[in-house]
Amino acid sequence: MKLYVNGAEHDVTATPDMPLLWALRDLMGLTGTKFGCGIAQCGACTVHVDGAPLRSCVTPVSAVAGKKITTIEGLSADGQHPVQQAWAELDVVQCGYCQSGQIMSAAALLAKLPTPSDQDIDQALSGNICRCGTYPRIRAAVHRAAALAKG
Amino acid sequence: MDTFLSKPATTSRRDFLKTGAVVGSGLVIGFVVPAANRFARAQTPPLPVPATIQASGFAPNAFLRIGNDDRVTVLLAHSEMGQGIWTTLPMLIAEELDADWSRISVEHAPAAQAYAHPAFGMQMTGGSSTTWSEFDRYRGAGAMARALLLQAAAQRWQVPAATLRTENGAVVNGSEKLRYGDLADAAALLKTPDPKTLVLKDPKDWKLIGKGAKRLDSPEKITGRAKFGMDVQFEGLLTAVVARAPVFGGKLLKFDATAAKAVTGVRNVVQVPSGVAVIADHYWAALQGRAALVVEWEAGPHAGLDTDKLRSDFITMAASPGTVAAQAGDAAAAMAKASKTVEAHYSVPYLAHAPMEPLNCTVKISPDACEIWTGTQFQTVDQQVAAGITGLKPEQITIHTTFLGGGFGRRATPVADFVTEAVHVAKAANAPVKTVWSREDDVRGGYYRPGYVQWAKVGLDAQGLPIAWQQRLVGQSITAGTPFEPFTVKNGIDATSVEGVADSPYVLGTAAHRVELHSPQTGIPVLWWRSVGHSYNGFVMESLIDELAHAAGQDPVAYRRVLLKDHPRHLAALNLAAEKFGWGKPAAKGRGHGIAVHESFGSFVAQAAEVSVENGQIRVHRVVCAIDCGLAVNPDNIKAQMESGIAFGLGAALYSRLSFKDGQVQESNYHDYRVLRLNEMPLVEAYIVPSTEKMGGIGEPGTPPIAPAVANALFALTGQRLRDLPLTLAPAAATPA
Repeated sequence: MKLYVNGAEHDVTATPDMPLLWALRDLMGLTGTKFGCGIAQCGACTVHVDGAPLRSCVTPVSAVAGKKITTIEGLSADGQHPVQQAWAELDVVQCGYCQSGQIMSAAALLAKLPTPSDQDIDQALSGNICRCGTYPRIRAAVHRAAALAKG
Repeated sequence: MDTFLSKPATTSRRDFLKTGAVVGSGLVIGFVVPAANRFARAQTPPLPVPATIQASGFAPNAFLRIGNDDRVTVLLAHSEMGQGIWTTLPMLIAEELDADWSRISVEHAPAAQAYAHPAFGMQMTGGSSTTWSEFDRYRGAGAMARALLLQAAAQRWQVPAATLRTENGAVVNGSEKLRYGDLADAAALLKTPDPKTLVLKDPKDWKLIGKGAKRLDSPEKITGRAKFGMDVQFEGLLTAVVARAPVFGGKLLKFDATAAKAVTGVRNVVQVPSGVAVIADHYWAALQGRAALVVEWEAGPHAGLDTDKLRSDFITMAASPGTVAAQAGDAAAAMAKASKTVEAHYSVPYLAHAPMEPLNCTVKISPDACEIWTGTQFQTVDQQVAAGITGLKPEQITIHTTFLGGGFGRRATPVADFVTEAVHVAKAANAPVKTVWSREDDVRGGYYRPGYVQWAKVGLDAQGLPIAWQQRLVGQSITAGTPFEPFTVKNGIDATSVEGVADSPYVLGTAAHRVELHSPQTGIPVLWWRSVGHSYNGFVMESLIDELAHAAGQDPVAYRRVLLKDHPRHLAALNLAAEKFGWGKPAAKGRGHGIAVHESFGSFVAQAAEVSVENGQIRVHRVVCAIDCGLAVNPDNIKAQMESGIAFGLGAALYSRLSFKDGQVQESNYHDYRVLRLNEMPLVEAYIVPSTEKMGGIGEPGTPPIAPAVANALFALTGQRLRDLPLTLAPAAATPA
């Protein structure tokens, strides 16, 4: 089947029920999207499908064939998305494992709500677990990214 | 080869080796253990001798490489798991080297004796010890490199080295500059200076230490390029998941692999000591294969494991004398003279580490080598177990340490559980295999923070001060029965079980005290969990002190000030937190304030918390944290680690618990093993006590105080004293007046 990921067409051989997460990681070698729980509880697997955030660990490839898929690798060229810039500026990351998902969720939020409130951020990002506790910096970085995006 | 082996051995100084036998490969600084000492138990820092560079330019045991491309590569002898050493250790080198920060690259060092922990003698990361233990060694490596580069520049310019200075990756001679990259090859050919002649920078000249630098691992971690163990991929690599006994200590009776092997992508099904491995082209196929596996287990001796029974057994044990961990005077006699006594039982549950990256380990075995890729905290142990299984020597085991997606101690098993299993799988499969744990495997796979029950009885005099202190701890020993036991268990007491109680300033400050320990065996594998014994002893001690303050009719801070009057570092942290929190001002309506101060891993941390209760749910609004960790090398990272330790401890304080029924762990994933989420994170203000005292750690010390600070705040708000974690309010207190 054909999957459109980060602007490129990929021809993959997968059973229709194979979660997109594993097609990305194991069939296409795109390991930026992470496995944390497999049941859409932790958000580490978040990608964009037609611009909307999606947990790829519970999304079968058959459901996204033909749709525009964006992973962390395709969010920007060279890490220059405002969310990535803010993340770097505020030293958000610690172990970093959850951060692909955090960044994808944050980017999707800002695409929908350019100036989110703390409550908007809570709602949009509480599905992304961080065991390192980078939450305070994530909150600050989302606000900073919103400011950077405004220009 | 080792032309300097005849150098007399000394243990009192650190010699730095410089390598450079091959022209054109840049300058390398490192440590090498001489052959005579290679198999000695390294209790002291390795004795260095120069070593030759191999043709590829790679030098064994390098700490620092300066290439003729001007790249400065720092090799870390410890594993980055979020705690920030990927940046802090390079800061130490860059400071002394006067490096250009934009030219720094970082790698995990290979597994080799030269990288053994300076204090603990094996290559490992844990105990919140990396920065203080490497403070001299990494600075020295930078200073050595700088000395050689200066010398090389002096020769190039034909001027005395003393007339030159270094700045931002270059040696400067008036208006002329030579970049380190241009000097590296020449510097590599110079004679190693006597380390005694090296002068480290005066602290007043520090540009990085005490100030900080931007995290060096941000670029790869924010673009998805960072490679964790889970991300290792190469031609021919298969993936395995293992079916393990649902009850600890259970035995495999039989299995039928027919259906499993019929799953598309499954290549093989093999038995290993820990269970049955399904080996496939990729994780999804392996998982489907395992689901199709028919396996029969014999439950074994722990089939009756049950949370309620464990608790009642532990409470029974707490009522009988245990092994003495600390004692002075006659506590029972002094208790009889007390004006008032406070008696309580405390308990904490078994906890999973649940790092975001589930456990995984990639193994490739060939006739005379074994390569392992994983995020590990225990490289030396991994080499030893892999050697035992493959029949190779430890030096033939190569460990590629990847970024760890969280460690918290789970990736530091004395018996190297997940590495052992992965080596067995690769061996049985006769192919390179990445063994991956699902989240369910992780939550149910053991190696938990042990659950504890504690009984305490404290007698107060007429002024409300303790004159008799009795305490019994009941919980599993982490190191008994492991290779670490000879070093951590003395006279029947595992030091990690009683840390924070047996050495508590409150206990030792009470003339008549007796602390006893029971270390039951339950069959549940246990392990250190961020802050180890302090993770529960901090909760017990700082809740107990609060109870004593209340019994004495005194303010919790004022009471602690009296008891800690001879402990200036505790006091400094306590006072700073109290001041910044605004302790003493009445809480707003519907809010409660609580405080705790606890020493662990060489640092002193106080936290004050503000809580409310909404619809029966505990809400923590604000935490003010003060830490005295001695010299603050990387202040912003210290604050990040306080935020981190608080989040980790708060999730456990409020939500996390493992329960056992009919031998099995009941929880399985993040939906029922609950951890803290973004919307539950309080505002955190972290302050650093200005201190010139001995440097302590920062990775773990932020965790112990949060549970008691919150419990104490809840008491202040509701009048309900919660002595069990996770904190659960009784319905009566759910809606305070």
